[in-house]
Amino acid sequence: MSIDWQAFRLTLELAVIVSAALFVIGLPVAYWIAFSRWRWKFLIEAVVALPIVLPPTVLGFYVLVALGSRSLIGRWWISLTGHTLAFTFSGLVIGSILYSLPFAVQPFAASFASVDRKLIAASSTLGASAFRTFYRVIAPLSVPGLVTGAALSFAHTMGEFGVVLMVGGNIPGVTRTVSIDIYDRVQASDYAGANQTALLLLILCFALLAIVYGFNRRPWAISPLK
Amino acid sequence: MSDTRILEQPGTATATSDRVTQTTSGGLSAAFRKRIPSQAHAFILEVDFQAMPGFTILFGASGAGKTTLLDCIAGIVTPDSGRIAVGERLLFDHPRVNVPIAKRRVGYVFQSLALFPHLSVEENVAYSLAGLRREERVAGATAMLQAFRIAHLAQRKARDISGGESQRTALARTLVTDPDVLLLDEPLAALDAPTKAKIIDDLREWNRAHGIPILYVTHSREEVFALGERVVVLDAGRIVAQGTPHDVMSAPLQETVAQLAGFENIFDAVVESVHPERGTMVCKIMANPVAAPGASAPVILETPLVRGGVGAALRVGIRAGDILLATSPPVGLSARNVLPGRITSLEQRDVIVTAHVNCRVDMEVHLTLAARDSLELQAGHEVWLVIKTHSCHLMQG
Repeated sequence: MSIDWQAFRLTLELAVIVSAALFVIGLPVAYWIAFSRWRWKFLIEAVVALPIVLPPTVLGFYVLVALGSRSLIGRWWISLTGHTLAFTFSGLVIGSILYSLPFAVQPFAASFASVDRKLIAASSTLGASAFRTFYRVIAPLSVPGLVTGAALSFAHTMGEFGVVLMVGGNIPGVTRTVSIDIYDRVQASDYAGANQTALLLLILCFALLAIVYGFNRRPWAISPLK
Repeated sequence: MSDTRILEQPGTATATSDRVTQTTSGGLSAAFRKRIPSQAHAFILEVDFQAMPGFTILFGASGAGKTTLLDCIAGIVTPDSGRIAVGERLLFDHPRVNVPIAKRRVGYVFQSLALFPHLSVEENVAYSLAGLRREERVAGATAMLQAFRIAHLAQRKARDISGGESQRTALARTLVTDPDVLLLDEPLAALDAPTKAKIIDDLREWNRAHGIPILYVTHSREEVFALGERVVVLDAGRIVAQGTPHDVMSAPLQETVAQLAGFENIFDAVVESVHPERGTMVCKIMANPVAAPGASAPVILETPLVRGGVGAALRVGIRAGDILLATSPPVGLSARNVLPGRITSLEQRDVIVTAHVNCRVDMEVHLTLAARDSLELQAGHEVWLVIKTHSCHLMQG
């Protein structure tokens, strides 16, 4: 077996960190998108959805510029840690969070918005605060959407390529993820090695999605078994 | 101005003054305006009324603005202007005061009930008791579950219980908050009469101790009479009548109310003669100068006997669906009123045909499609209207 297990571990680590961070960041963003009545809300929705349509190289390029030693963030990070964010694992995490943001936020927001508004109003008339209404009513009724969002952001991070290459480069053990490893092998005409790695990634992602969709086929899911 | 609209209810005034230990005091007063923009035409809700402790029925056809009115009181919808208060406590006073929903102490049972489907019956009922210690929470919920006879369902999920059980759970969940006002949006509409009566009894029993205003929305005439101590009639966003159910429904003061109560035909009448031995009297309706120019002879109707002697001015209401229509002079009838006339118009609405017949007054008659077709009715045809004595409903003039 010529699988690069170091790349696999790195990729899993990245996916776990990014999907956990997206869960924390995604909940308030999705809540705001689902319930805000601000008239310009659609602008924010468009920004959140950008990574879906934008070429990863475009997103990666701007992230690289933003993290570079000439930007505010980049300089602040250098003064804090002594080295630049670009071509590091931390930079990779930031780029991946931006790149997978819509895959977490959109399922979250869709499931929040589909909670019956009367249930939310009922919770308020029963004296509950917005926060209590969220964790007692909105979140429990949105479990399928929360699971879907977490799984999609995890799987999407596992498979990303363009942003990783732009922001992280190809440093073994630091920024070389599975998808870049596969690309490398193909470049080096190691088709057998590329095939093994690609197949493993394919199986992993399929298994993850199968588990998620199976889980959401419970009776309380958004579209239950008919 | 709003003071003149208060209709005193004997019996409830003492209930209010006795309640020194309660946190609430007195009635709900609401005077506000809310414009709801829509694509066709804006709907304007403009009301001014008071609800004393006890049941007040909010009656009106669908689309009259009943639910919007409740939403404004609960704080779910914010009025454009006006004032809402419970006793001395202001809930809304444009533009200074707008108490958040969670702090209004307004109990609201939605038409859809809005039980939390993922929580058990007990968790639903205890939902508002979050601030209490565990023992108090359990005790409070248990007492309410027992009062509404759903203790045996405590551990069942709200999505798994029947309609009547859901209604009881929704009531218990709202009443456990000890609200200052209770809003009920047709919560019992889907129930059969005996189940409904039992729940109402439990609710009355609860309110005997609490004495809060209960605003009960319905579009059912039967419920108005069954429940009401007082009824407020809403039509197209405005209050068109209020008073006791008997006053408002039996003796409609306005034609809108009469139409809500189901009378398409309403006429001014004068008592011509009374026949106590037969339980009837004869009324005459002045011929409509538009329908019958030049006609001077009044239309004579036999009606049930009511109070009021010869010469008394009354109004007669006749439902369009209660009138029979014949194409030749009918004979051998038990019905006492046979009026000759001529069809002036026929109009189909869904499966009902609305005929207007000029029989010296304009009378609206509802027919089935089959009746129109088999009698080959057309505008201009000569017809005879047959009206039973007891289909003539008398109201105060």
